[in-house]
Amino acid sequence: MIRATFKSLLARKLRLVLSGIAVVLAVTFISGSFVLTDTLSRTFDSLFANIYQYTDLEVSAKPALEANGFPVPKASPASVVEDIKRVPGVDTAKGYVTANGARVLNKKGKILPNQTGTMLGANWQDNDPVISLREGAAPKSDDEVVLNALVAKDGGFAIGDQVQVITPADQQTHSFRVVGIAGYSGGRDSLGGEFIVFFTEPVAQTLMLGETGVYSNISVDVEDGASIATVQNDIRTALGPDYQVETGQELADKSAAPLKTIFKFFNRILLGFGAVALLVGVFLILNTFSIIVAQRTRELALMRAMGASRRQMIGSVLLEAFVVGLIGSALGLAAGVGLGWLGAWALGSLLGGGRLEVAGIGVPLASVVSAFGIGISVTMLAALIPALRAARVPPVAAMRESATPDRPLTRITIAGAVVTAIGVGLLAWGLTGAGDATLTLILAGVLAGLVGVALLTPFVCRPVVSLLGRIFSWSVPGKLGRRNSSRNPRRTAITAAAVMIGIALITGISTIVASVSLTVSNTIQQQLQADLIIAGQQTSEIPPVIDEDALAEIKAMPEVANAASVTYEFFAKAGDRDAIVFAYDDWAAAQKALEIRPDQGDIGAIDPGEVVVDHDTATDSKLSVGDRVTLTLPKGERTFTLVGITAKTQVNTGYVISLSDAKDLFRSAAPNQAYLKLVPGASVTQVKQKVDDALADSPEVTVQTRDEFISSQTFFLDFLLNAVQVLLLVAIAISVLGIINTLVLSVLERTRELGMLRAIGLRRSQTMRMITVESVVISLFGTILGLVVGLGLGLAVVDALRDQGITDTALPWGLMGLYLFAAVIIGVGAAIIPAIRAARLNVLNAIAYE
Amino acid sequence: MTGTIAATESDRPAQPVDIAARAMDVWKVYGSGEAQVVALRGVNVDLVRGRYTAIMGPSGSGKSTLMHCLAGLDSVTRGEVFIGTTRLTGMGDRQLTDLRRTKVGFIFQQFNLLPTLSAEENILLPLSIAGRKVDREWFDTVIDTLSLRDRLRHRPSQLSGGQQQRVACARALVSRPDVIFADEPTGNLDSRSGAEILGFLRNSVRDFGQTIVMVTHDPNAASYADRVIFLADGAVVDELQNPTAEGVLDRLKSLDVAAGPDLTKSEASE
Repeated sequence: MIRATFKSLLARKLRLVLSGIAVVLAVTFISGSFVLTDTLSRTFDSLFANIYQYTDLEVSAKPALEANGFPVPKASPASVVEDIKRVPGVDTAKGYVTANGARVLNKKGKILPNQTGTMLGANWQDNDPVISLREGAAPKSDDEVVLNALVAKDGGFAIGDQVQVITPADQQTHSFRVVGIAGYSGGRDSLGGEFIVFFTEPVAQTLMLGETGVYSNISVDVEDGASIATVQNDIRTALGPDYQVETGQELADKSAAPLKTIFKFFNRILLGFGAVALLVGVFLILNTFSIIVAQRTRELALMRAMGASRRQMIGSVLLEAFVVGLIGSALGLAAGVGLGWLGAWALGSLLGGGRLEVAGIGVPLASVVSAFGIGISVTMLAALIPALRAARVPPVAAMRESATPDRPLTRITIAGAVVTAIGVGLLAWGLTGAGDATLTLILAGVLAGLVGVALLTPFVCRPVVSLLGRIFSWSVPGKLGRRNSSRNPRRTAITAAAVMIGIALITGISTIVASVSLTVSNTIQQQLQADLIIAGQQTSEIPPVIDEDALAEIKAMPEVANAASVTYEFFAKAGDRDAIVFAYDDWAAAQKALEIRPDQGDIGAIDPGEVVVDHDTATDSKLSVGDRVTLTLPKGERTFTLVGITAKTQVNTGYVISLSDAKDLFRSAAPNQAYLKLVPGASVTQVKQKVDDALADSPEVTVQTRDEFISSQTFFLDFLLNAVQVLLLVAIAISVLGIINTLVLSVLERTRELGMLRAIGLRRSQTMRMITVESVVISLFGTILGLVVGLGLGLAVVDALRDQGITDTALPWGLMGLYLFAAVIIGVGAAIIPAIRAARLNVLNAIAYE
Repeated sequence: MTGTIAATESDRPAQPVDIAARAMDVWKVYGSGEAQVVALRGVNVDLVRGRYTAIMGPSGSGKSTLMHCLAGLDSVTRGEVFIGTTRLTGMGDRQLTDLRRTKVGFIFQQFNLLPTLSAEENILLPLSIAGRKVDREWFDTVIDTLSLRDRLRHRPSQLSGGQQQRVACARALVSRPDVIFADEPTGNLDSRSGAEILGFLRNSVRDFGQTIVMVTHDPNAASYADRVIFLADGAVVDELQNPTAEGVLDRLKSLDVAAGPDLTKSEASE
């Protein structure tokens, strides 16, 4: 008896550990995401604080244009420096040229890649407080440059080497001699993984800003004793409203702000996945406490019989839950801090190209509050339901019958149906468009739908499980396992529901992504009639360029029937809307290659002063043929006449103007993409090779066949899907714990039965097979449920997105098959520990077990 | 050699065919050092085929341990155990399991039916575990003898205690084992149901030639047996042929007095 009690206690410790792990995992995820974003944000704060630590004030011209989220920088004339110097309290003012887009070529003639997309071109300044020469000398003539140590290291450049740089103002490749290598204080090669090429001042001005005698910003030192704020005000007054004057601190904050927005968004996504993990965790905790309380019913009834009040009983269960929640949260927080920092370090390395100094480990208050708040309250809430249920059982009844009687499923099924209906309703409302509340409604709908289906699982459990079980019924252990899995439908259902949630979300998202992906590739397939596409990856605000000589050479190839190249500008506004403006060198060829068809007006030719727009843009902006359209572009604004509207298109959505207008108004009218149609019978692979050779001087772009281009356009979607799968793995891991937990508890409950089976001749291996079948049945049940719910969810969303251009529906059959297969593996894996425990049972003790 | 019983016909090396199960100088020791408990001290028992043997003794006398060792559920510390001509000593778990499948049947105090299976499935469980064919004729005989025909589709939870134990008896009988071991089969039953079960067991010995070994501490239950073996303090101390309840009670009383001081010693055997 004592031994049995002791064993039961030990086993209970195991149950508590398992439900504790669920708390730990969920809390780890949530506190980890707080730590991750906090660490990244402190990292970038300190990075920008470093950059601007010696800057008292900085003056720059206000950007004339801000489009598609980017300000178009405007240069300030050199005279402004003199104006500033005259302001009282100013010690010195220095003009700086700093602009992105100085692309260094490596020794093979390809762009030297930089993960941060920051490839600055600047004028060299002696006595700069932040950066200084490590070796060599400052650039003195126009063909000399200094490189920051990171460029030198990554590109393998040494003093005396030639270096090729593509500069943004002219989009041309220029050759320079390296005369010096510069580094930062503390021996750092870069501050945050950026590349910098330092030219002489006139070269920097010409190649980076497009004209001499201008600066991108002016750094101001305030005299000792003068008030920075006063000087800031005085400069503002002196220069007027076209200039902005900012302190170092303001600049640091401003530079960090967009990143912080990204981190916040990122944090929300992570928290969303954390919430899913938590929801799954709730099921596991709920199940564990239900079983523990059920098994303790006799003990609790005895307490009741001896005079303990209901409240005391509930209290004792809740106390247990509190302790589990507390310990789980503490461990989860510790793990989350570690994991979050590791994540920040990994991401920081990725963002900073391995050169970013990631801030030290910190524990933000939000992570502590959320860890303990959520961890403890969720655990106690999950334990409350079984505790209340146990308290309702009359003591005498509980003492008489140790096993929990089967309760009718009517109430839970009705509740499930109602909650599911509410979820579906919310989802439908959200998907049909409810303005700002759309996302909230969809999320609430999905959540309610999942909970509702979870409540319905006990109802569908018996039929589905007995159907599933038939697969395994060919052997006695299989039959026993199947019977066991439908023995307690509630328990099996909750366990399977936890699996369902993760699988449903993955399947839903896969369906959406697969449909989007199919739509994109179908659209391109239909609309892109080119055989070869020359394009590059855009890594910064500077689009990749094709060398014009090479393009001419390609056009002249006999195999090329016709070719169109496009230059585009996304620093553009039409009226006050963000826009993208295109200009084709051969509009007629472009119409053929891109299947651009007329909708209204005449799109046959675009003369200077004329513009053509696509159907959707015209509808959105309420434009019709003959309207006057004012486009604001980096080099000025101009009013065009709308001469034609094209039919719906996915590859040319925006405004098309003539190339000569583009040359006046774009930052650069160098071609960015080109579409080639080959003469009939030409070998695509052979021509591709020829084109590739011709592009030797266009390091930013590559030539792709149509299929390659399509897969490069859907590549991001595959990446997205993988990321989602990885994030949902945590939820699935918790549900696997749930299966293990349920099985361990079931094995314990059925100890005597197992003893009997072993006594009458069930082998150890058969015992293990029996448990494994039960596990696989539960995991398959959950997975199938998840696939069905996920498909429904995904198809609903895809259907709702039909108006947004998602016209094709694809079902992720491959992934679904994979999940089913994974379900079997998971089932087998989850059964290992319980099966071993069951097989190792001492037959004699088991038979005598109470 | 303590407690080897005085000469009966089973003391001589008998013909193997006649013996369904045999213990030869069986010792069972639990724990070691200070905590050492000797549950069996050199027990020699021959159980003749086709007979109904009861093992009796006060709590802690080692009667359950003896049965477990004979049934291949527990290993012996020293000595040898046979079921038929098969030597159990030294067998691995798998061999023992297979032996229990084919040669041994069990009836437990707690019935131990599987709640997920119907009465019929419970009865046939040992056969289906072993992958053996059902002898329908024999199955019909068994269930008719036990009056279970209209209960076959019922789940254990729908049966009374007596009915459940009858299902358990059928389960033990249906595979025609060499020996059926019954551990306090009436311990959880009222006296009427208990008497019914004991009657069935005796009839199956008489009518089908089944060998049954029953552990009990109820003199009335023991009186159904052909032979009663008395254990005290881990050794066979006495035996009785064709017992009556009164005779068993008298022997027990004398044993109780003799074994009194040792009662607390060997708890582990229960």
